[in-house]
Amino acid sequence: MKRFALWAPLAIFALLFAVVASGLFRPADKVVRSAMVGKPLPDFALPAMVPGKPGLTSASFKGGQPRLLNVFASWCVPCIAEAPHLMRLKTMGIPIDAIAIRDTTPAIAGFLRRNGDPYARIGSDTASRVQLALGSSGVPETFVVDGRGIVVKQIIGDIREDNIGEIVQAVREAR
Amino acid sequence: MSGRLSLGLAGSAVVATLVFCTAPAAAQPVTPPAHYANVQLADPAKEASAKALMETLRCLVCQGQSIADSDADMAADMRALVRERIARGETPASVRDWLVSRYGDYVTYDPPLSGLTWPLWLAPIALLAIGAWIARSSFRRRTR
Repeated sequence: MKRFALWAPLAIFALLFAVVASGLFRPADKVVRSAMVGKPLPDFALPAMVPGKPGLTSASFKGGQPRLLNVFASWCVPCIAEAPHLMRLKTMGIPIDAIAIRDTTPAIAGFLRRNGDPYARIGSDTASRVQLALGSSGVPETFVVDGRGIVVKQIIGDIREDNIGEIVQAVREAR
Repeated sequence: MSGRLSLGLAGSAVVATLVFCTAPAAAQPVTPPAHYANVQLADPAKEASAKALMETLRCLVCQGQSIADSDADMAADMRALVRERIARGETPASVRDWLVSRYGDYVTYDPPLSGLTWPLWLAPIALLAIGAWIARSSFRRRTR
């Protein structure tokens, strides 16, 4: 009993040290994932963001073909970084729709002029309402939606070179 | 050697954290927040229940604050959503459930008892019991 009491503080210290060290070298995953993956898209209808391009409704994801749903904004810096990769996905024949978060028509028009326009439709989400309904916690995020309107995958943050493969595969599997 | 490498990794993690945490500050939405983000509801009872709910909801982009405390744009949008739904007559529980169905239990500071969260609820009781046991044995030693 006495011997146990003698070593207990050291044991507790070692345990605490191990906890802190593991947190330092393998930091906790702070990414907030959507709980909507595997579920149907929430119902929404967003007005058009730019002239000449239709707005976005949840019904347009039930056309039988998988589509990408990109959540972006003109004021979002990583959205500029992912723009060329979205353009590449578009040239591969993957249809892409978008929701612009808290944005204005001139700002989005300028963004598309500067960074390219991979989008078939862009809906304007002025109060982040649809973003919250999607379980998205920032911009940019991209959802892969199958032909029946069910969310099959979420990519958090800007799409990079090495995400292209998994997105193409998810789209292929959703066909 | 490996220690130095690990330290380098930890250092770059710190730098990365700083970079990612400061990036959103430079990027602000170009439109103003929704009306009810920073405006109270006219009905004091509804405002009180909305406020109480907001204090138990986690700001998704700051992660250490409730949406009632946070100045983040996304927290503002979430406050507006809470106020509008409460004003429409929804109960705080149903608004919370709606958000949990989007973001998981992570979004609430008042997590339900489940297979994953039971240690949260049982650990304080267990620690109290251990404390009582230690106190009892040390008092008993003293009386002897």
